[in-house]
Amino acid sequence: MLDRLSEDFRFLQQSLSLRAQRQEVLSSNVANADTPNYKARDFDFKTAMDNALGERLRLPDTALSLTSARHIPGKAVSPSPVELQYRLPYQPSLDGNTVDMDAERVRFADNTMHYQSSLQLLSNRIRTMLSAIQE
Amino acid sequence: MSLLSIFDIAGSALSAQSQRMNVSASNLANADSVVGPDGEPYRARQVVFQVNPPAGQALGQEIGGVRVAGVVQDQSPLKQVYDPTHPMANEQGYIFMPNVDPVAETVNMIAASRSYQANVEVLNTAKQLMAKTLTLGQ
Repeated sequence: MLDRLSEDFRFLQQSLSLRAQRQEVLSSNVANADTPNYKARDFDFKTAMDNALGERLRLPDTALSLTSARHIPGKAVSPSPVELQYRLPYQPSLDGNTVDMDAERVRFADNTMHYQSSLQLLSNRIRTMLSAIQE
Repeated sequence: MSLLSIFDIAGSALSAQSQRMNVSASNLANADSVVGPDGEPYRARQVVFQVNPPAGQALGQEIGGVRVAGVVQDQSPLKQVYDPTHPMANEQGYIFMPNVDPVAETVNMIAASRSYQANVEVLNTAKQLMAKTLTLGQ
């Protein structure tokens, strides 16, 4: 039963966590608006959501165990659903920075709204489930 | 990796921008300081910003805050002013004044305060989102 509940929440939960991650990337862009040679980053939300929900199996990260000090450490990391890309600059500045403050602010506000709406939907969902339980 | 780290990112930008404002204020204040503590005229200083990604992120996917990598002195030539009555004048009657450009420093100051404000807004938004998340399901 609980398993089905968490399955029911999975979509919105995933969407929330990706929105939070995107919020972080955008805040990093705003923070580095004056850093020379910083390139603005972002990711495509739809692709990330598809990757996170899709059938693509995500294995846990594994590492080789080292039994000698002269072994070379090996590590296998499965790709995360989020693939950060570089933004195409409209008006790059002379110092090599590609952060366009207006665009970043707009995307930040947009992402905030999406986060809040996902949150509201999830909240409503939880309330629905609660009232179903209490019936 | 969560909303909490936005506080770190925006906070680092706040302190970096305030340091930039500090340096700008120092330049403006010393725009006429003919002698510094080392006996030389004051030279304008500028901050150098650098990305400061926390460790443990995948290669090429790092994001992070900003830090001040250093404060560099402006090596452009000092301004020469003819003033034979000045106690620091050389035998030709010239004194060397700091190479501070007050207009550029003022612009720098405005840019720093705008960036500071943008980051405060980011911080506030993150705070509101966290507060809303805490009331989830109530």
